[in-house]
Amino acid sequence: MKYEAGQFDVIVIGAGHAGVEAALAAARMGCETLLLTINLDMVAFMPCNPSIGGPAKGHVVREIDALGGEMGRNIDKTFIQMRMLNTGKGPAVHALRAQADKFMYQHFMKKTIEETERLTLRQGMVEELIVQDGICVGVETKTGAIYRGRTVVLTTGTYLRGRVIMGELMYESGPNNQQPSIKLSASLKELGLQLVRFKTGTPPRVHGDTIDFSKTEIQPGDENPKFFSYETEYSDNEQLPCWLTYTSEETHRIINDNLHRAPMFSGAIEGTGPRYCPSIEDKIVRFADKPKHQIFLEPEGKHTSEYYVQGLSTSMPEDVQLSILRSIPGLEKVEMMRTGYAIEYDAVVPTQLWPSLETKVIPNLFTAGQINGTSGYEEAAGQGVIAGINAARKAQGREAVIIDRSQGYIGVMIDDLVTKGTSEPYRLLTSRAEYRLLLRHDNADLRLTPLGFEIGLISEERYAKFNRKKELVEGEIERLKTVKVKPDEAALGLLAELGSAPIQNTVDALSLLRRPEVTYASLERIIIPSPDVLSEDMKEQVEIQIKYAGYIEKQLLQVERLAKMEKKRMPDDIDYNAVHGIATEAKQKLSSIRPLSIGQASRIAGVTPADISILLVYLEHYNRVVAARG
Amino acid sequence: MMNVDTIAAISTAVGEGGIAIIRVSGPEAVSEAKKYFRSKSDIATADSHTVHYGHIVDPANGEAVEEILLTIMRGPRSFTAEDVVELSTHGGIVAVKRVLELLLKEGTIRIAEPGEFTKRAFLNGRIDLTQAEAVIDLIRSKSDRAFSVAMKQAEGALSRKVKTLRHELIELLAHIEVNIDYPEHDVTEMTSSFIRTRCQEACSVIDGLLKTAGEGKILREGIVTAIVGRPNVGKSSLLNALVQENKAIVTDIPGTTRDVIEEYISLGGIPLRLLDTAGIRETSDVVERIGVERSRTALEEADLILLVLNANEQMHEDDRLLIEQLKDRPVIILLNKTDLPVVIDEQELLAIASADSIVRLSVLQESGLDQLEKVISGMFFGGELESGDLTYVSNVRHITLLGHARQSLVDAVEATEAGIPIDIVQIDVRQAWEQLGEMIGDSVSESLLDQIFSQFCLGK
Repeated sequence: MKYEAGQFDVIVIGAGHAGVEAALAAARMGCETLLLTINLDMVAFMPCNPSIGGPAKGHVVREIDALGGEMGRNIDKTFIQMRMLNTGKGPAVHALRAQADKFMYQHFMKKTIEETERLTLRQGMVEELIVQDGICVGVETKTGAIYRGRTVVLTTGTYLRGRVIMGELMYESGPNNQQPSIKLSASLKELGLQLVRFKTGTPPRVHGDTIDFSKTEIQPGDENPKFFSYETEYSDNEQLPCWLTYTSEETHRIINDNLHRAPMFSGAIEGTGPRYCPSIEDKIVRFADKPKHQIFLEPEGKHTSEYYVQGLSTSMPEDVQLSILRSIPGLEKVEMMRTGYAIEYDAVVPTQLWPSLETKVIPNLFTAGQINGTSGYEEAAGQGVIAGINAARKAQGREAVIIDRSQGYIGVMIDDLVTKGTSEPYRLLTSRAEYRLLLRHDNADLRLTPLGFEIGLISEERYAKFNRKKELVEGEIERLKTVKVKPDEAALGLLAELGSAPIQNTVDALSLLRRPEVTYASLERIIIPSPDVLSEDMKEQVEIQIKYAGYIEKQLLQVERLAKMEKKRMPDDIDYNAVHGIATEAKQKLSSIRPLSIGQASRIAGVTPADISILLVYLEHYNRVVAARG
Repeated sequence: MMNVDTIAAISTAVGEGGIAIIRVSGPEAVSEAKKYFRSKSDIATADSHTVHYGHIVDPANGEAVEEILLTIMRGPRSFTAEDVVELSTHGGIVAVKRVLELLLKEGTIRIAEPGEFTKRAFLNGRIDLTQAEAVIDLIRSKSDRAFSVAMKQAEGALSRKVKTLRHELIELLAHIEVNIDYPEHDVTEMTSSFIRTRCQEACSVIDGLLKTAGEGKILREGIVTAIVGRPNVGKSSLLNALVQENKAIVTDIPGTTRDVIEEYISLGGIPLRLLDTAGIRETSDVVERIGVERSRTALEEADLILLVLNANEQMHEDDRLLIEQLKDRPVIILLNKTDLPVVIDEQELLAIASADSIVRLSVLQESGLDQLEKVISGMFFGGELESGDLTYVSNVRHITLLGHARQSLVDAVEATEAGIPIDIVQIDVRQAWEQLGEMIGDSVSESLLDQIFSQFCLGK
């Protein structure tokens, strides 16, 4: 029995990492928001690694936080291990990675949602989108409830026509034996969205009490943990270690002997899996000469004995999985609690989206997360924030917000997806960013917090604090230009100690800090201290901005050059087929992707520099004609 | 004005005429030209639309490279509406190339894209709206042509070397990236000293390439042309006529031990590289020698084959054999000795070759060479040959890009020595890789990811 169940500004379907961010952003921006999920116990669930962050991904979490999103705050409350990675490398690639208490993470997120004004959390399976005159106006659930919304955000994760595969066994299912969403997929297809089949997988989980940790290597967290959120100042979370072990010759033998039962090779899996996240059977076949592979044992939480076996993602039959596990040093007597599996699901071809994450074919319908062909909680959450912001803005009659490639990894990811599409589940890597040195972990707030404030997701108080930090950092850099260091005993002693060349004449402190071996902390020992109290965070910022100024400026110059191309907007009504001179392949690509700017057009595969030159000439012609008409 | 780059290109047909002109346009045109221009006048303060005499000097050693006339046209009163400097050098290819290479060396000026001056003129409102389509056509045709030239070069020996070098760099890059993106993976740790060694190796490979380029061995281009025919049909005299009248480039580099000796000529602006000219001179029996390995290679390598027949004789069995062997190749049949009575059966010839690939000429009377020019032009340039910004410029591009790539690698080496972290050194290495890619028309970044995942075993 159908019934009218309510009217909202924004409806978000799915409460995974994309959905919760989208719903929170929309509600906080003043929209009456509905968040629907198939199972209320699965809000912000981590079906794979109990872990958040790492290179590029950790950067995204910081960006989400700088924009006023939730993931950073939530993991700071619920981490059971925190590590800063890549500390031996440059500041741009330092990356925070946390092990999460998987259950606490969910509970805290659910509570935050429940406490958020204007946000309604409800259990229900959406089976159909309601579309009137080509525009999405609401959703209908399995129970007949009709919810009306100005905009709808779809975040279906791996639920959309999900199918779990374990060896010979296959069944329709969402992750972790959840109900899959079958009918919605057909509804999307009917509405004209092109779907693609992707695959991902997860390793088995084991009982911690049956692990012999003495045969493994301990991997503790950092003694002085840093945090993801710029708001978190302190935590007394107790940290748990992870453990490292390796596959054995026996492991490889078992896998090779059972390859005929591996769905990866028997053809049972049709979806495209990610190269960066291969299953163990895939790794052993493709890299046959590698004698052993790393296996990390990660605790899933404080109140459970379950361990996640990182490195052992597999869709082998259950009995083979157990043999594999028991062939690994430390796991000889292990009890398997959950079996690993591969899961196939439907995703939307992401070139069907605008950079705002609104679909081109169905106005007012937005998509975010794995449905857009990505993989990873952070990638999902990053899109979730943007989809939520833009769904809210559209509902409020405002223009979309787009983060560009020089502003954040979120921008890099979305631009890649909507401009180039993806042939496998998309994972962020720092190497995808052309301005890696600008998109640092430490400066996410400088890059995005002003935008977060403008959008309305950053409070006045936080913004004032941010501005104070910015002023102090800039002030200190200016001050260091004027602070003189004489070649006296203290200075020469320090330089000798640091293995840095001695100075002959008086120099300013800033030029000393440019030297790779001189740190702010060491400099502090010989110069007049700043009249203001600077936090560690601020000192780090001063040091990075000075030390890498040359490289940073080079990248800024590149950004500035390309910015002109990004600002050249393409007219909405442009008919590429009518533009004389553009190559046929470029015409097809341009017509299907409909780039917003010349800059975006130039990144489409198959569009050549000559095509871009011609577009520029055409655009000039067009603008002059429009100008002439008045 | 939306263009911030300053661009340059040779704007006269290469190899023709008494002078050649390099046009420089953009905000840095005057200040950059000033760096290399030694003259009584100070061009920084000179009035617009004035001409100055002086020398182009290599700042690296203070040596005068070329005597030139320099014209200043300040924007908006110029073709592109930007500041424009035109440098008139002596004619021929050597002088103008050297000056252009020098201007591009530092990287402030870049080489113009096909049709870019016209594009800028249009975008800056110097060209009437009604001509938009003509501008588009110009960009399209020039780009397509440049592309086909680039494609040809992409198969050459230089390109193979650049590809190998790029492959080594991408392996290095992938290794650096894996260290950054998978810090906990058990891959070999990437160290500064490892990067340094690899960059130094790459640098010396580039040095080798640049050295050969400097000696003129590899970077000369032109339509590779072979002359074939029976004895005494007039190959030698044709060759001599072509070379004497049209010789554009100094040839026969001392010390080269090539099998095939080449001559470079510019036939009415069309650059031709004549193959096996020595062979033609030393023996006239090319029909026999066609079986000889080096001539066969020369024929295979040729973009254009000039088959000379004697119009004063009946067609010989060897002629028919040659025509048969060369079918499906770009051949122009030259009916020589038309000053004498024409005896050859032209009907038979027309039955096996198309009329527009047959040129009647008399080397003796120097008639018909202009017709040959037209036919070649028709075959390779769609009938119209514009200012020679094709192959010659691509040579300058190659040298410039090799120079830039080398500089990027030197920067990388210096950065490792200064203790800069590997992810920042990576910027320079990547730039070198991209510059080399630009050289061979391949700058796609996706292949780095492909490399990472094929080279390393990653995943959770």
